[in-house]
Amino acid sequence: MTMQKTPRTKAQITPRPDAARPAGPALEFGDAWTYAPAPEARDHVKLKSRYDLFVDGRWQPAKKYFPTISPSTEEKLAEVAEASPEDVDRAVSAARRAYERVWSKMKPGERGKYIYRIARRIQEKSRELAVVESLDGGKPIKESRDVDVPISAAHFFYYAGWADKLAYAFPGAGARPLGVAGQVIPWNFPLLMAAWKIAPALACGNTVVLKPAETTPLTALLLAQICEEIDLPPGVVNIVTGAGATGSALVSHPGVDKVAFTGSTAVGKRIQQALAGTSKRLTLELGGKAANIVFADAALDQAVEGIISGIFFNQGHVCCAGSRLLVEESVHDLVVKKLRDRMMTLRVGDPLDKNTDVGAINSRMQLDKIKELVAAGEREGAERFSTPCALPQKGFWFSPTIFTGVTLSHRIAREESFGPVLSILTFRTPEEAIEKANNTFYGLSAGIWTDKGAKLFWLASRLKAGVVWGNTYNKFDPTSPFGGYKESGFGREGGRAGLAPYLEIDG
Amino acid sequence: MSNLVASAAGRVADRGPHIPPRTSPVDQIYVEERAAALGKRSIKKATKVAGLKLAVRMMDLTTLEGKDTPGKVRSLCAKALRPLEHDASVGPVGAVCVYPNMVPVAVDCLRGSGVHVASVATAFPSGLSPLPIKLDDVRRAVGFGADEIDMVIDRGAMLSGEYAKVYDEIVQTKEACGQAHLKVILETGELGSYDVVRHASDIAMAAGADFIKTSTGKVTPAATPPVTLVMLEAIRDHYYATGKRIGMKPAGGIRTAKQALHYLVLVKETLGDAWLTPELFRFGASTLLNDVLMQLEKERTQAYQGADYFSKE
Repeated sequence: MTMQKTPRTKAQITPRPDAARPAGPALEFGDAWTYAPAPEARDHVKLKSRYDLFVDGRWQPAKKYFPTISPSTEEKLAEVAEASPEDVDRAVSAARRAYERVWSKMKPGERGKYIYRIARRIQEKSRELAVVESLDGGKPIKESRDVDVPISAAHFFYYAGWADKLAYAFPGAGARPLGVAGQVIPWNFPLLMAAWKIAPALACGNTVVLKPAETTPLTALLLAQICEEIDLPPGVVNIVTGAGATGSALVSHPGVDKVAFTGSTAVGKRIQQALAGTSKRLTLELGGKAANIVFADAALDQAVEGIISGIFFNQGHVCCAGSRLLVEESVHDLVVKKLRDRMMTLRVGDPLDKNTDVGAINSRMQLDKIKELVAAGEREGAERFSTPCALPQKGFWFSPTIFTGVTLSHRIAREESFGPVLSILTFRTPEEAIEKANNTFYGLSAGIWTDKGAKLFWLASRLKAGVVWGNTYNKFDPTSPFGGYKESGFGREGGRAGLAPYLEIDG
Repeated sequence: MSNLVASAAGRVADRGPHIPPRTSPVDQIYVEERAAALGKRSIKKATKVAGLKLAVRMMDLTTLEGKDTPGKVRSLCAKALRPLEHDASVGPVGAVCVYPNMVPVAVDCLRGSGVHVASVATAFPSGLSPLPIKLDDVRRAVGFGADEIDMVIDRGAMLSGEYAKVYDEIVQTKEACGQAHLKVILETGELGSYDVVRHASDIAMAAGADFIKTSTGKVTPAATPPVTLVMLEAIRDHYYATGKRIGMKPAGGIRTAKQALHYLVLVKETLGDAWLTPELFRFGASTLLNDVLMQLEKERTQAYQGADYFSKE
């Protein structure tokens, strides 16, 4: 044994870090011991061939239906009703009746009981919900099983507890419900977003009309079944499926008192314009281009895990995804090397396989958007690395991808890809990290990785982002408010703050 | 006595200034989360059989009791050579691990088999004897025929910040080993934090360890998935920096086939294919083998068999 006296990581301060050819010994992640397929059973799931609209506690037919497919196989899963403006009108009227005659008059503690029952029923049906979420949306079963479904139940549990304690949420002020909430949710966390929207609205005494995304309507419809099974009074929750036109009819319906939208910034802006001059309340949770900031003093192996979870969780279909990695220049090469090795272990494929880490892209349209932005990244001169994993023939897929040598002016550093695509930039000082992190028209989230507590808090208070994670990423909890700055929207969901958008607060 | 210490120190000094390496912080919450996540890999059917057979070949079948006798060791060696009498595709194990006095018996039983003879030494398990005695312990075990030495670090020195002492002792133990492979036991259950585990791992590797090992098996907690992950990450950084592959041996507390597979997943997804070999990964265990054999038989026959169908030693 000869003693190795060189520093543990050789400083390689080159003018242009070359991620395509990392220096030094390389690890091999091959087939020395491979995992056999481990598909979650789906035979216990009985989907109907056709789903009607859930309005006024009943399943009501529509004039038109559209298919919903599995993005991993392109197989048709079911037909779903396309709600017309008249259907939306019936739903809003049902919600109004339920609000005036039943829900707003009910003792708050009784309201809470219904919400607890929804939560418990979600737990009871968790396997079915997880499988359907992965089938319809393409996300890995381990995520729908361990994240989407349990946190959905947790949101109902959490807000059920608030139902009879609203007076304590805003002490000294009177808090009254608003009326009918029109809610439009995205396709990335279909059940979880429905829970985020419905749970606080109901707890505060409102009734709701919710429109799930057209590519992922199934779990919202299963949630409607749950409302039926627990005998929720008719009209308290109405689910209208459809595409943009249905959503537009809902948010612009004069009978809606409050609009809550989660989705793209472009659509959010149109909603805000449409609502200008009306008395409707509005909350928007829109896009993001979060900075995930890694300092040289961080626990780098864990930071790499956070980078992976930040951008590849749910195929990067996450509004708060850590899509801009800001890494301190002195550890850039080492972090990129570790990141690439870690990416080689990501298992891309069948969303129902229990060992899948990255599932299918949600739709062909989204896949095309990701491809377009990645092509722009290559044209602009950033260096691309995509894992060389085999992708299935059918369905919509994109390999986990990182870009090094990215500058703030590149499109891939400014625009939301909403896919498994990470842009890597460097910084030298904490001030520079803040400047670069804040140099975006978004402001939803950020991550900080450092071993120094003081630096973490100093930085967190200077980042213009609604959520700042310290030495972790993409952690969600019903007690914690979530929402944006700037063009990432306004209003908060989750926690005590998440009650305010659904209440008229006096005094 | 003092001469011995002086000459030992002199030999170390010849190697130049012995500055223990710098080390990286470890985030407890996230490393535990990652280790737990890897425990959720679904390992079934062919993957399970292949993994369990690999685990058998990676096993350091161990008996470290005061009541050990030549007869017990001979019995253990027989089991090491042919763990499952009707299936030659299972085994043999990686090594048999015993106290120094039992080494000649094991060497005799295992001669020509390819199964290594590992001996604990350096005043195992506490390590709290004068260095010359610990080095003599090593030389005698090697002299008896052990080709792998499992040493313990001075945990007191590690915790009180005497890193150079920890480092020097490993360097000198490595010298005393000669051709024998050196496994350095950190006794992670006494080190108190992942940061210290990481630091001790870095010191051990810089000082010449061929393997780093979690535990003696005499202290609780012994091996855990997160502490193993921290050490695997240290091995990875050492490999990045030097190109040298250091082995890993979790030991103690690994009793079930399911646990063993969890450790294999940690190795596979942290260090990759090159480490999925008995040359670079071992399990230190005394009761694990039978559970692995039971699971292998279950996969073969599709039925669980009673514990008494498997020999205790």
